[in-house]
Amino acid sequence: MLSKVRASALDALADVPDGATVMVGGFGNAGMPMELVDALIEQGATDLTIVSNNAGNGTTGLAALLAAGRVRKVICSFPRQTDSFVFDELYRAGKVELELVPQGNLVERIRAAGAGIGGFFTPTGYGTPLADGKESRVIDGRGFVLEYPIHADVALIKGRLADRWGNMVFRKTARNFGPIMASAAKISVAQVEEIVELGALDPEAIALPGIFVSRVVAVGKHAARSAA
Amino acid sequence: MSHTPPKYVAWTRDQMAARIANDIEDGAVVNIGIGMPELVADHLSPNKEILLHSENGILGMGPRPAADAVDPDLINAGKQPVTLLDGGAFFDHSLSFAMMRGGHLDIAILGAFQVAENGDIANWSTGKPGAIPAVGGAMDLVVGARQVFVMMEHLTKDGQSKLVHRCTYPLTGLGCVTRVYTDLAVLDVTADGFAVRELCQGLSLDALQSLSGLTLAAA
Repeated sequence: MLSKVRASALDALADVPDGATVMVGGFGNAGMPMELVDALIEQGATDLTIVSNNAGNGTTGLAALLAAGRVRKVICSFPRQTDSFVFDELYRAGKVELELVPQGNLVERIRAAGAGIGGFFTPTGYGTPLADGKESRVIDGRGFVLEYPIHADVALIKGRLADRWGNMVFRKTARNFGPIMASAAKISVAQVEEIVELGALDPEAIALPGIFVSRVVAVGKHAARSAA
Repeated sequence: MSHTPPKYVAWTRDQMAARIANDIEDGAVVNIGIGMPELVADHLSPNKEILLHSENGILGMGPRPAADAVDPDLINAGKQPVTLLDGGAFFDHSLSFAMMRGGHLDIAILGAFQVAENGDIANWSTGKPGAIPAVGGAMDLVVGARQVFVMMEHLTKDGQSKLVHRCTYPLTGLGCVTRVYTDLAVLDVTADGFAVRELCQGLSLDALQSLSGLTLAAA
C-alpha cells in the first residue's frame, strides 16, 4: 500500500541533514508551512541554505529558524519587510549570506530544477546589477540572462487537503510557490489541514499530483485561518 | 541665488492616481505595484471592467475586505488582505510570472527612484551601504508588461529631479518605461526622450525643464 502519511511533522523531518538546502513555500505568511518550520527548529539541523520568497516575518517560522542561528544562507527575492528585523540584524552583522534573485527568476529556477532543465535565458534582470557576472545573449534583438536551476534536498510546503498518495489541493493565494518547490526537492514534505480518502479530491482540481510529494502530515486548521 | 516661490499647483497623490485610472482602458489587465500606485485602485471607474493581477497568484483581484471578512490566505503583493471578484482566478507562482514576463499584462504601474529619458528605471535599491536589498517582482514586470507606467514625485525631498538623463541608482530594467505620472506633469518616453503630455496648473514647459534639468519635448 502506498501511503505518504507521517504521524507528525517531526517524524517527517527526522532525516534532514546539516548543510541541507531547504525550500520553504509561502508568500509572507500565506502558504508558509509554519508547523514544519517549527519542527525543523526542534529537529536541530543546522548550516542550512533556505530558499524562500521572503526571509521571515516577526519572530515565528523562518524568523525563528534564523534567530536560532541555523541558517548559513538565504536565497530569496524580498527579504526587506516591515517586520523582517531578525533577518535584517543577522545580515548587517554578516551572520547570514544573501543571494537576491528577482522573483520570477526564483520561481523559474526552481521550476527548471523540477522539470529537468539545465538552464534558461530570461529577460528579467538583463542589464542590472543582479545579472553581473552572468552569461548573457541577445536573441531576436533582445537581451537575455542565463540562469541555472535551484535544486533542494528538502521542500517544506503547505496545502489545504491531501490524500495518502500525496495529491494536493491548495487554498487561495496560499498556493504560490508550493507546487513548484515540491517538484524541485529530493524529499518534499507537505503539511495540510486534513488528509482525505483516495478519490475524495476532484481530479480536475488537484494542483499538485502526488508524484511530487514524498511525505504528508495533517496539522489541522492553522489558527490564523479561523477568521475565514 | 534668489528663490521665488513656485507659482504652480502640484497635483495631489489622489489627483495623480485619478489621471492614471482615467488612462486605463476598459478590459485592460493591470498590475498595480506596492506603495504610491496602490492609490490607483481607489480611482478605477465602476463603468470599466479592469482585471487586476497580483504576482502572488490572483487575476481579478477585488478591493480590501471588511474587517470581519479578512482571510490570511487571500492577500496581495503587499501582503495586505484583499478579495476576489466573481470571475477571478487563483494560480501558482510559475503561471503568475509567465503572465508577467510573457507579455500578457497590458499595464504595470510602479513607483521609482529614477526614470531616465531612455526609458531605464531604477526602483529597487538606492545602493546605500547597510541597506537591505529587495527586488521582488519588479524586474519581471518591467520586462514583460506591454506598457510600464511610473507614478512618483517629480523631485526628491531635497529638490533633485527623479527624471534623469541616465539613472545613477542600480537599474531595475532597460528602456522599458512608457509613461511617467508625477505631481507636476505626465510625460511619455519616446525615442527622443521625454515628451510632455500634460502640465499641472501654472507650470510652463520651460519651468518644468529647468526643474528637471532636461530638454523636454511638447507632446
